[in-house]
Amino acid sequence: MAGLVTTLGSGAMTNSIRDISNAACILAIGTNTTEAHPVIALEMKKAVNKGGKLIVANTREIDLVRDATIWLRHRPGTDVTLLMGMARVIVDEGLADTTFVDERCENFEEFKESLKAFDLATVEGITGVPAEKIVEAARTYATNSPAAIFYAMGITQHTHGTDNVIATANLAMLTGNMGKPSAGVNPLRGQNNVQGACDLGALPNVYPGYQAVADSAIKDKFERAWDAFLSDKPGLTVTEMFDGAYEGSIKAMYIMGENPPLSEPNANHAIEALKRLDFLVVQDIFMSETAELADVVLPAASFAEKDGTYTNTERRVQRVRKALEPVGETRPDWLITCQIAQKMGIKGFEFESPSEIMEEIASLTPTYGGITYDRLEQGGLQWPCPTEEHPGTPILHVGIFSRGKGHFVPLEYKPSAELPDEEYPLLLTTGRNLFHWHTGTMTRRVGGLDDLLGEGWVDISPSDAEKLGIAHGDRVRITSRRGSVHARANVTEVSDEGIVYMNMHFAESAVNVLTNPALDPVAKIPEFKVSAVKIAKSDDD
Amino acid sequence: MGEITLTIEGQEITVDEGMTVLDAAERAGIYIPTLCYHPDLAPYGACRLCIVEIEKMRGLPTACTTPATDGMVVQTKTPQLQEFRRGILELMLSEHPHPCLTCWRRERCGPYDICLRNVDVTQRCVTCPNNGICELQDVVDYIGIDHVDLPYTSRELPIDRENPFFERDYNLCILCGRCVRVCQEVRGVGAIAFTSRGSESLPGTAFGHPLRDSDCKYCGACVDVCPTGALIERHRKYKGIPDSKVATTCHYCGVGCQLELELKDGRIMEVIPLRDNDVNRGQACVKGRFSIAEVVHHPDRLTTPLIKKNGSFEEATWDEALELVASKLSSFNKDEIVVISSAKCTNEDNYVMQKFARAGLGHNNVDHCARL
Repeated sequence: MAGLVTTLGSGAMTNSIRDISNAACILAIGTNTTEAHPVIALEMKKAVNKGGKLIVANTREIDLVRDATIWLRHRPGTDVTLLMGMARVIVDEGLADTTFVDERCENFEEFKESLKAFDLATVEGITGVPAEKIVEAARTYATNSPAAIFYAMGITQHTHGTDNVIATANLAMLTGNMGKPSAGVNPLRGQNNVQGACDLGALPNVYPGYQAVADSAIKDKFERAWDAFLSDKPGLTVTEMFDGAYEGSIKAMYIMGENPPLSEPNANHAIEALKRLDFLVVQDIFMSETAELADVVLPAASFAEKDGTYTNTERRVQRVRKALEPVGETRPDWLITCQIAQKMGIKGFEFESPSEIMEEIASLTPTYGGITYDRLEQGGLQWPCPTEEHPGTPILHVGIFSRGKGHFVPLEYKPSAELPDEEYPLLLTTGRNLFHWHTGTMTRRVGGLDDLLGEGWVDISPSDAEKLGIAHGDRVRITSRRGSVHARANVTEVSDEGIVYMNMHFAESAVNVLTNPALDPVAKIPEFKVSAVKIAKSDDD
Repeated sequence: MGEITLTIEGQEITVDEGMTVLDAAERAGIYIPTLCYHPDLAPYGACRLCIVEIEKMRGLPTACTTPATDGMVVQTKTPQLQEFRRGILELMLSEHPHPCLTCWRRERCGPYDICLRNVDVTQRCVTCPNNGICELQDVVDYIGIDHVDLPYTSRELPIDRENPFFERDYNLCILCGRCVRVCQEVRGVGAIAFTSRGSESLPGTAFGHPLRDSDCKYCGACVDVCPTGALIERHRKYKGIPDSKVATTCHYCGVGCQLELELKDGRIMEVIPLRDNDVNRGQACVKGRFSIAEVVHHPDRLTTPLIKKNGSFEEATWDEALELVASKLSSFNKDEIVVISSAKCTNEDNYVMQKFARAGLGHNNVDHCARL
């Protein structure tokens, strides 16, 4: 998200789901949309059926490739190069929207200068995509307006993830695809309320509404509202918290509804860190791998048993409604946290209902200022929604960018932190499957879903499989510098030569034992999408 | 786009240009029977039940495919139309079990009543999982039919129970084609098509292979559009009509599909994707459509606070657990405590959690797995 904040001033999907089907061109990069966001993929297919062009940039032959006008099979970790290569073609061929660039953006000359390094021959060499395809994609994207860019974790989970995001924003600004319907830069968020968790300040550097903790005026506002002394020092990220726990500077952890051993990179390290804690409280609906390690487990009500709101990927705040009484002794998460706070003698946690919490949110968060439970009865509202009269904002950056002028950022190619070598000759990339969700805490318990996909597979190309003497269905051991897991080999041309792929959902084939915890320096996202591994047939079945 | 005014059943209606006669009638609250029509699908005109009489137009055009024009005068329920519809319905019912559909006692019959006419269980509406929510019943009620003169032939097909989520009983299929069209038009998958020809024609996969070997993604769109009991979610079978329905937001991915939880006896009976919104417009995926009830009602759900004593968990009361957490957390230096919030929880849960870290512990060591 940091990349979009730098260039545009706001880190969220610029446009709406409703718009997608009217796009004349869609560039889907680093998103396996049919698997991870199936309902958004429907809108993309609709756009294609209406005559829109679809450019898919993905190393794997994902489902969406079937509907694609152009498929760019670039090597994992070379997104910046590919996008800058396209930008260079657009500038060289005079396809840029110069009026938009002149009037609404800044820093274009520096950006143009940085394009010099991305001549077609270099780009082809780094990405592995033939030059003429890059030219075709650039022309298609630049000449079919409105054009929308979609991306997901395939763009962000790299050591240069922020650069990747900036590259998409540069491309959209260059072609004037901002602030109008069916265009923009659209990050697809992975979890139901990842947008909301960010919006509401579950981040170490910002209060709700992305108000910086380091800003003293903001700090004053919250100190007055909460009647408490606050810190202006940004806190630790999850990955840093685990390092702290591992090293001993962090002694207690309170985890609500997360399962870091499966979702953290270098899972073995995360588990060890949790074990070293003096006190661990976990609040969840199931006994997750994390909860097993806890000193106290607090049972939470499921989403069907509580009231609240989620904010979806297009910034739409929508109601979650209580349909059932909480099972057993379970309680809603907000209530449990409030009760702990009250027992600790902390003021300001006397909330009686989620709608009361939303009132406090609205009073302190300008982007959520006009959101009330009464209004949400009429349907979701897209932030920014500053006042009760405001209808919500389906499209960001109309007329003016959130930060004023759109800021072009010059970029350079940075290779991934760990690339295949002689010892670990294959490149491992990871992702999600339609039938399961995140760490599988919920979906792995559903008989039907486990029946359809019940174990971890590793996708490997036929040529690599042949070289390694692996047949389809063989049990194999995948090893990286950090650990080793077992899975079944899926020999398929979906995977390109030299590249293997695994899903993240299976504890028994926990791919994050293998992945590289190297972080993006700005967004602090680990490099899940590129790590080096070796594979061998395994005897212990 | 301009507006036009037309008259349906003597009622003057002003609608947007480009609407069909069926859309206009629906807008005016006038019912025209349909079976192949579905608002999310392109007009098809196959079942012919929506035929209407339009002044200055030849024949009996279908309302679902005829654009409404200015000054049009439409009749929807003349004796002639009802007679034609009855004929069409009879053809349909010659291949669909109908003893209950034509029986005057249907409304009063329960599933465990002995049928006075000695009808087989498999032929009765009251034992059909779709009883009470069946569109064919609605159409029959509107048109009125008390006997079928054509000979009835049962297809005598086995029920396909091969996939984990829904059952396919093509003995009840009326060949409206909605399932085939939704799979192709809306989902872009095309796992099923009409197979075979003539009287053998039925929706199915290529060469009758199991759905598992097709491109089926188990999204359930076919189940949602099926007007009869041919496609039914397995777990809602024989649960009847829900006690209540609650609209909510799906708890899986970031799309935020709007869903309706249908409840019966304190449990989720079925989850239906809602149509009237700007997000999912009647669609969902396999996880939202078919797995929520099992997750929410799973026996593995944590139901009571647990405290670890000597390496194993023991059940505790809330008071004990909260007391322990509060006293333990108070015993550390505040900088030694960190808080991990959750992208799975609500906005309100997250707000309270970050406030707990900031106002309660006095630092900003709060984060969640956004990056993961």
